Amino acid sequence: MRDQRLWTWQIAAGGLVLLLLGAHMTVMHLDALVGAFNPAGGRPIDWANVVARGRTVTFFVGYVLLLGAALVHGLIGLRGILLELGPPADLGRALNGLLLVAGAGLFVLGTWAAWASFLLSRGS
Amino acid sequence: MIENAGHPNRLGVKGWVVGGRWGLERYLYTLHRVTGLGLLAYFLLHIFVTSSRALGRAAWQRSMQAVAGPLFELGEYLVFAAFAFHAANGIRLVLVELFGAVGPAIEPVYPYRTSLDVQRPLAIAALLLAAVVAVLGGLDFFLLGGE
Repeated sequence: MRDQRLWTWQIAAGGLVLLLLGAHMTVMHLDALVGAFNPAGGRPIDWANVVARGRTVTFFVGYVLLLGAALVHGLIGLRGILLELGPPADLGRALNGLLLVAGAGLFVLGTWAAWASFLLSRGS
Repeated sequence: MIENAGHPNRLGVKGWVVGGRWGLERYLYTLHRVTGLGLLAYFLLHIFVTSSRALGRAAWQRSMQAVAGPLFELGEYLVFAAFAFHAANGIRLVLVELFGAVGPAIEPVYPYRTSLDVQRPLAIAALLLAAVVAVLGGLDFFLLGGE
C-alpha cells in the first residue's frame, strides 16, 4: 500500500517535472533557438538574466515547485532501485529515513536560495 | 527462469542488462533507470551550485567559473540529452500504464497478436521524440553558440 502510494506520488511529481523542467531546459539550454526569458541578452547564466528571472514571482514559485517535484520524483525512484536490491529490513528503514531527511534538507536549501535571490533581485 | 539464491526474482543491478531475451522496451527500462540516476546526481549538485546566487553576483560568478569549460559543456549536453530521453520515455510509460496504450485484452486466437503490436510503435515514437529534442539541443549547444 505504501509503495503504491509512493508510485502515485512519483507519477504525479513526474508530470510536474516534465512541464517545469521542460520550460527550464528551454530557457537555459535552447537559448540560441528560442531566446526566452533572457531579457539582458547574452547567456542565460549572465548575472543580469539571473536577476531578471529571479525577481519575478512566477519564476520563484516555479523554482520551488520544480525543486520539490524533482526531489520527490527522483528520490522515490532512487528508493525503489535501492530497495529492489533486497537490503535487510533495518537497512531499508534507515534508507527511508535517510532519503526523507536528505530530501527535506535539500528542499530547505533550494527554497532558501530561491527566496534569498528573489529578495536580492528585488532590492537590486 | 533465472533465479538468484536467497533472492528469488532479484538479480540485482546485473538484472538490468543480462536477465534474458528482452525486447526493445526492456532496454528502454534500463536506459530510463540509468538516465534517471544520472539526472538525479546532476540535480543534487545543481542545487548546491545554483544556490550561490543567493549570496550575490561575485559568489554566482565564482560558481559559474568553477563549472565552465568544454568538459562541463559536454557534460551539460549529456544531461540535456538524458532529460530528452527520460521525459519522452516517461510519457510513453504513463500512456502504457495509465491510459491503455498497452492495448485491450484479447482472446489468444490464431493469428496471435501481442501487446507489442501496440506498444512498439509508441516506443519508436518516444525514441524519435527524444532524438529530435536531443538534436535541437546539440544545435544550440555546439553550433549556434548557446549554453
